[in-house]
Amino acid sequence: MSITEKSERDAGRSGDAPEELGAAGAQLSTQPVDSLNSVPALGVVGWLRWMWRQLTSMRVALVLLFLLSLAAIPGSLIPQHSDALKVDTFKKHHPGISPLYERLGLFHVYSSPWFAAIYILLFVSLAGCIVPRTWQFVGQLRARPPAAPRHLTRLPAYSTWRTDADPDQVLKAAHKALRGRRFRTSLSAAGDVPGGSVAAEKGYLREAGNLLFHVALFGLLISFAVTSLNKAEGGKLIVEGDGFANNLTQYDDFSPSTLYGADDLKPFGFTLDSFDSKYETSGPDIGSPRVFKANIHYWNGADGKPVKGVIDTNHPLSIGGEKVYLIGHGYAPVVTVKDAQGNVAFQGPVPFLPQDSNITSTGTIKVPDALDKKGKPDQLAFTGYFTPTGDASAGPRSFFPGLDAPLLFLNAYHGDLGIDSGISQNVYQLDTKHMKQIKLETSTPGINAVALKPGEAITLPNGAGSLTFTGVKTWASFQISHQSGNETALISGAAAILGLMGSLFIQRRRIWVRASRGADGTTVVETGGLGRSESVRIADEIGALALQLQPDAPALPDDENDENGENGDGGAEVESTSRTASDTATRTDDEGARA
Amino acid sequence: MNIAAAVNENFANYSNYLIRSAMFVYALAFLAHLAEWVFGSRSKVAVQSAALAAETREAQEQDGGKAGTVAVKVVQRGGATTTLERPRPRIVPKVVTRASASDRGIADGPGAAGEDEKGDLYGRVAIAFTVLAWLLHFGGVLFRAISVQRPPWGNMYEFSTTFGMVAVGAYLVLLLMKKNVRWIGLFLTTSVLLDLGLATSVLYTSSDQLVPALHSYWLWIHVSCAIISGAIFYLAAVGTMLYLFRDRYETALAANREQNRRWADIMSRLPAAASLDKFAYRMNALVFPLWTFTIIAGAIWAQAAWGRYWGWDPKETWAFITWVAYACYLHARATAGWKGRKAAYLALIAFACFLFNYYGVNIFVTGKHSYAGV
Ligand code: HEM
Repeated sequence: MSITEKSERDAGRSGDAPEELGAAGAQLSTQPVDSLNSVPALGVVGWLRWMWRQLTSMRVALVLLFLLSLAAIPGSLIPQHSDALKVDTFKKHHPGISPLYERLGLFHVYSSPWFAAIYILLFVSLAGCIVPRTWQFVGQLRARPPAAPRHLTRLPAYSTWRTDADPDQVLKAAHKALRGRRFRTSLSAAGDVPGGSVAAEKGYLREAGNLLFHVALFGLLISFAVTSLNKAEGGKLIVEGDGFANNLTQYDDFSPSTLYGADDLKPFGFTLDSFDSKYETSGPDIGSPRVFKANIHYWNGADGKPVKGVIDTNHPLSIGGEKVYLIGHGYAPVVTVKDAQGNVAFQGPVPFLPQDSNITSTGTIKVPDALDKKGKPDQLAFTGYFTPTGDASAGPRSFFPGLDAPLLFLNAYHGDLGIDSGISQNVYQLDTKHMKQIKLETSTPGINAVALKPGEAITLPNGAGSLTFTGVKTWASFQISHQSGNETALISGAAAILGLMGSLFIQRRRIWVRASRGADGTTVVETGGLGRSESVRIADEIGALALQLQPDAPALPDDENDENGENGDGGAEVESTSRTASDTATRTDDEGARA
Repeated sequence: MNIAAAVNENFANYSNYLIRSAMFVYALAFLAHLAEWVFGSRSKVAVQSAALAAETREAQEQDGGKAGTVAVKVVQRGGATTTLERPRPRIVPKVVTRASASDRGIADGPGAAGEDEKGDLYGRVAIAFTVLAWLLHFGGVLFRAISVQRPPWGNMYEFSTTFGMVAVGAYLVLLLMKKNVRWIGLFLTTSVLLDLGLATSVLYTSSDQLVPALHSYWLWIHVSCAIISGAIFYLAAVGTMLYLFRDRYETALAANREQNRRWADIMSRLPAAASLDKFAYRMNALVFPLWTFTIIAGAIWAQAAWGRYWGWDPKETWAFITWVAYACYLHARATAGWKGRKAAYLALIAFACFLFNYYGVNIFVTGKHSYAGV
């Protein structure tokens, strides 16, 4: 930055300081000057410089911030790709608009290019803003508080009186008093204005806080980036009694990231011994969950010893730095299916997925290995609902999430499951394209599903086989995540808050005291103050200082009843500086919050 | 039902009675404030003179001659006068402050009561009622907490009752600190009545315990901070709104434009636009760090509960939007050409985002946070 440019900046940045204060009012902050009205210099370099100035101006930062909040909105209203099921449902319901949404990236707003464009521009602007500001601030820290302006009575708050005390003594006292108030001070002898003066400044932490806050935002951005480059997340549904080992094949779903993939998975595992759930059994909240707890045994390393552990909703288990979260739970009816030959073609628990808070669940039992009467493969499938507490006459709807009266509602199919086609299939859904429904005998005409209690069985017509509902197991689903960058995020967050507090609660201000021998031989003491913004506070401070100086510079009675006493100012009556409403259209104060 | 449950039931009932009584007393406070405004309109200063510059209400020389006292006077054009008194010799150095560039030199209005004594009496009565109502309100929230045996912030009903309580509490604290905030009384009692009415009729849940996902002390930290932030943001929003009205009034006054007399009468009794703006800014700036902390506390909790500190869940997203909107407002106040009315609009947008997050997201959008008992 050239010298002239710098002084331009300084001059433009004077807070509420009246223009005539010059250097005294400059640099009370490091805020950049708005230069939007300036015309770019000719040439490519000129234009580039101009654009850079625009980008790093407060106004553009403001616009970008506003855009950022606007851009975040659609993602909260339109389903996002992290919830693939919801996106699919949405696409089904809105076939017209979906392709457009897709093209605009509205299903993954927060990783879309336009969202990135906004925050990257914002952060470039931020960098372009804080780097020079930091330099400037360092300069301010090393410099002395600027010398007193010529007319202290033009400051937003001032006080003046005459005293018999010697000017030097007054200044020394003022210097000491201001030091005592923890101002940075500098005492100077008489300069171009008659009389020596003390200059003092305080509240640098405001600027420091502000810079810290903005730097911390960078910290947050970086930790976000680190987290998303390094994280991996996988889901696994486990039925009571089953286990899990941390490798790709065992996951139901797994999303790696650029720097962390399936090869990086650490060897550990666990078994779900049992799952405890309790629900409110009475009152208005009947059915509300009260306790979810997964009792497990886990091991770390290829040949680690199994250790007992518990995972509940807010208490993930940490195994070797990886975290295992309890995400959901449900029921898995245990069934035995026999085919037409009388062979057990399938046996075991089949997880059903909850659809509502009473855990009405849907699921499919696929039996790929069934044979028909002639011994030819004829795959079977059963699909329907499970209700932990149901009523056959009320249809497949659960009344309570606990296992009080479990019922399994099933339809039966036979034919080709389509499993062999090689396309991976959703285990919870049945593709009935190549299957035929088997008519079952039910008590309710028109309804083809059979409601089974534990122990009951469906016998398929024509000796095609049977299904016995032998019991119910509970399953729990877990999320296994690898994360990094959390600590950086936390530290940055804390720094941001700290910085904000400095920036918003601390007031940066300057006080000057001048003492000079007046024409009548008495000493005229003038003190004046200037803040980033004016407020009664600075006036209070001046008042308190004036009081504190009384022992060393006792005030003499005023001769005239003149507000300004003898301030040698040639009668600039400050209070009568009348302002019209028009020049107040732009506000200029920004006092710190000290409410 | 076991004994403990019966006790809880009793406390829950007390809580409901207390909240209802509080509403009744708030209604009385509301009426008293209304009376204050009505009587105030009779007062002499009803319509302010257009003589702007001459408005300077210079505080008179105070009696610095009281034996053994020196007074340092802070004389502020058109504003309040602060006097510092210390035991000292008799002479009085004065501190003179210039009118700020932002202030038109128009004094704060005299308050709702104008200079009418009866109006003032009603205003005082209103505050007495407000204090009483607040105590009942506080009792209601406390008994609710006892009855549910946890912090009373588990569902929308509880959020809303606590929200109102904190807003009124903050107002009373400001009054105690001798801040000039009585002008907000009418607006505050109105909105607390609305808030409690909505809470007791639409949002009421006798929910006693929480779903396991909410069993975390970070929740209590997060939610209580959110409620406090919201309540203070709310006070700021009222200030901002009135600033916009009063600012228009002052602009018209300065331009000597004809104004609706009724309107002008009401406006003239409010604090000056500059004061309202300052009030709003201070409130906003005061809680912005707390709001930032609220979001971070939420992230910490999300990390524990869901395995990620940030997942763009609708509630998280709107908290972020609200945060950025407030940051935008704070920036605007430091940007030439954006101060004043434009910044005020941003503040209102930011508060609207907060409200949407509070009610809208719970009601219209489903996400991980949609447990909140609506
Ligand atoms: C990344 C997004 C940003 C956020 C969330 C943000 C937030 C904030 C907040 C909350 C304040 C208020 C503190 C106060 O009023 O003193 C502030 C002040 C400030 N910001 Fe930013 N900011 C961002 C980006 C920027 C950028 C890009 C610039 C550079 C043009 C910038 C320059 C400033 C300056 C100069 C101040 C001090 C204003 C003053 O002197 O009062 N900020 N920022």
